[in-house]
Amino acid sequence: MATTALEHAPVYHRSAVVEWLTTVDHKKIGIMYGASAFIFFLIGGIEALIMRAQLATPNGTLVSAEMYNQLFTMHGTTMIFLAVMPLSAMFFNFFVPLLIGARDVAFPRLNAMSLWVFMLGGLFLNASFLFAAAPNGGWFGYAPLSSRQYAPGMNMDFWAIGLQILGIASIAAGVNFFTTIINMRARGMTLMRMPIFVWMTLITQVLVLLSFPVITIALVMLTADRTFGSGFFVTAAGGDPMLWQHLFWVFGHPEVYILILPAFGIVSEVLPVFSRKPLFGYSAMVFSGAFIAFLGFGVWSHHMFATGMGPLADSFFSLATMLIAVPTGVKIFNWIGTVWGGSVNLKSPMLFALGFIAMFIIGGLSGVMHAVAPADLQQTDTYFVVAHFHYVLFGGSIFALTAGAYYWWPKMFGRMLDDRLGKWHFWLSMIGFNVTFMPMHWVGLLGMPRRVYTYPEGLGFELFNMVQTIGAFILALSILVFIWNVIRTWRGPADAPADPWGGATLEWAISSPPQEFNFAEEPVVTEKDALWAMKDAAGVERLPEPVHVSGKGIHMPGPSWWPVIVAVGLLTFFVGLMVHRPWAFPFTPVSIAGFALMVFGIFKWAYEPVDAHAPQH
Amino acid sequence: MTSAVLDHDAHPAHEAHHTSLPIDNRKLAMWTFIGSECLFFATLITTFLIYRDSSVGGPGPKDMFEVPLVTFGTAILLFSSFFVVMALDGAKRGDRKKLILWLSLTVLCGIFFVAMQVYEFQHFYHKGLGYSTNLFSASFYTLTGFHGTHVAIGTLWLATLLKDAIKGRITPAKALNLELSALYWHFVDVVWIIIFPVVYLMSLGR
Repeated sequence: MATTALEHAPVYHRSAVVEWLTTVDHKKIGIMYGASAFIFFLIGGIEALIMRAQLATPNGTLVSAEMYNQLFTMHGTTMIFLAVMPLSAMFFNFFVPLLIGARDVAFPRLNAMSLWVFMLGGLFLNASFLFAAAPNGGWFGYAPLSSRQYAPGMNMDFWAIGLQILGIASIAAGVNFFTTIINMRARGMTLMRMPIFVWMTLITQVLVLLSFPVITIALVMLTADRTFGSGFFVTAAGGDPMLWQHLFWVFGHPEVYILILPAFGIVSEVLPVFSRKPLFGYSAMVFSGAFIAFLGFGVWSHHMFATGMGPLADSFFSLATMLIAVPTGVKIFNWIGTVWGGSVNLKSPMLFALGFIAMFIIGGLSGVMHAVAPADLQQTDTYFVVAHFHYVLFGGSIFALTAGAYYWWPKMFGRMLDDRLGKWHFWLSMIGFNVTFMPMHWVGLLGMPRRVYTYPEGLGFELFNMVQTIGAFILALSILVFIWNVIRTWRGPADAPADPWGGATLEWAISSPPQEFNFAEEPVVTEKDALWAMKDAAGVERLPEPVHVSGKGIHMPGPSWWPVIVAVGLLTFFVGLMVHRPWAFPFTPVSIAGFALMVFGIFKWAYEPVDAHAPQH
Repeated sequence: MTSAVLDHDAHPAHEAHHTSLPIDNRKLAMWTFIGSECLFFATLITTFLIYRDSSVGGPGPKDMFEVPLVTFGTAILLFSSFFVVMALDGAKRGDRKKLILWLSLTVLCGIFFVAMQVYEFQHFYHKGLGYSTNLFSASFYTLTGFHGTHVAIGTLWLATLLKDAIKGRITPAKALNLELSALYWHFVDVVWIIIFPVVYLMSLGR
């Protein structure tokens, strides 16, 4: 890069800001997904800590009931849409092309647009705090709590429109990654030779593509109800709040697999490398993942047992939900089978992966309890449910994403995270997590409802709640240890070797961090665990460090302004709906300006030569 | 959409991108997007069917629908799918006259259909069916409005390609640009083929 920059100084000497704004490099985009998602994760975490502080003692007065509504709504919305999904997207972006031996994704500019739309959507949602009007109707926005009558402020408009923006980013990324994985694999990498993480990414994209359109329409109807006064979910107008619940969960249940399948993929990459054994039951892993996704579209109403759907629907959704435990159990046994008899290396990534298995089993078991409709009637809307989904989302997704962070950090940044601090991070997380969420099972079964801003004395909730709050702050401390780890290693030298863990997959064949074009020569794959196969063929433990090459003649897409411009246009269009709320929609000057900017950007994008500024020419 | 993208396929210095399946990335992406769009319209159509008869007061389908006009619009849209196939054939053969002729007809059909819908909406509005009059109106306008928006986007896209064709930019090597828009156009047509009987005919036939 340095030499080419000299050769073409007038064209390529861009400031760092411009470089990152216009980049179409999947690795830079991945890093931006990760950085922004981590900031949103911290915001969501602070929201949780405020809630825990409020609930530490009975009759807490730290926040008002209204503020508490905003906190739990934004905590859920943030953690799902702005933290776990984009943290997964960070790994999709950075690693899917590397794992399949490609130089970039199929549509690099579309990829950049997804990033910017996501980032602006996240800012839009959080901007609601500035107007003291953060969403306050729960992350699933049940009617009538989301209706104009019961939620007259802008709160739920921020929610409905914010999610709409984020959905556009997800669908665009879904098309992109589906195409990339199907069509951009290295020669010889058949589907059944793909790393499991790539498989789980592919399945996740299918879920995104089939579930997000449903929530898109539901949100359009909600926005219409709130803006035009139509009655889709208004009982007085003949509308049915149950339709909202069905549409929401037809999206919402696949969504939880969108959150967990990438985690499954990461853990399936980490366990073999740190057990020095190939993944046990590769094809069973692939098919159980696909089966989970398929069943994921047939279980949505288990979120609605309390609505009184009748015995037939209850039985069907109970059985379908229990059935999902089968492929999930297959996965858990395969992970155990992978570790079994291996020479286990308990580095930080492995600890988090093993922690994931243990915590996910607990969350999975309480999930099966919810499948039993009569039992669910006791548990629904209590802290028992809160305990369950934090065991699968934090103990599951976040633990696995953290395993991925420690595992892939050297590849992303050329630096190894400190393993001793990593172990502190792990054990503080493990203890803090269980101290926070385990007691929620009991306090839930004792009858403490979710989403209440306080509780009276004498119901037996006091001790549990105090313990939970202490746990939450231990958990927060573990995140501080992680941040300290990042800062500390950032000051150190970027000296990570190409293959620090003895990896099985192609990303470890190239330098850490990779050069812009990833692979100087496109790899050819002969079997799964491609890099282990190459090392075996060469008869070595580690391949020699890759040499830095100039990359001259390698054809890479050039940077582009249009993705970020289209994203800004899109955001402006949606902001216009808020500014002139409620009656002028959508023919407001702001919306029209945004729409025009978007259309202009799309045209310029379409006619932009893709390789005009390729740095290697 | 991106006529410039294929420039580099024609560029002799670059080898064609290797793809795992014998299908261009953009075409695969279009099929993927269409798969996603199926759920989009499925949700809209389902909502309409659930709400068609749930209105509390106000006019219903029988007070509004005028089948002859919509039948004509349907026919126009169906013909346009045939026209775009002829245009694509012209593009692939490098027959510019044929390409421009049939592509112009396709664009005209698109414009006609959108105009038909604008007229229909106005007509209904004057007969007292506002967007939020009742559940029938809201679900009807949302469904057909989204379909109409898709037709409008397709028309704009095809018109852009027509401009390119007139400038001689759609060579046989770039016929894929037209093929992508044609795929989308056929899909939008197919959705209408479901909407016409399910929304219009079935609402009247009971």
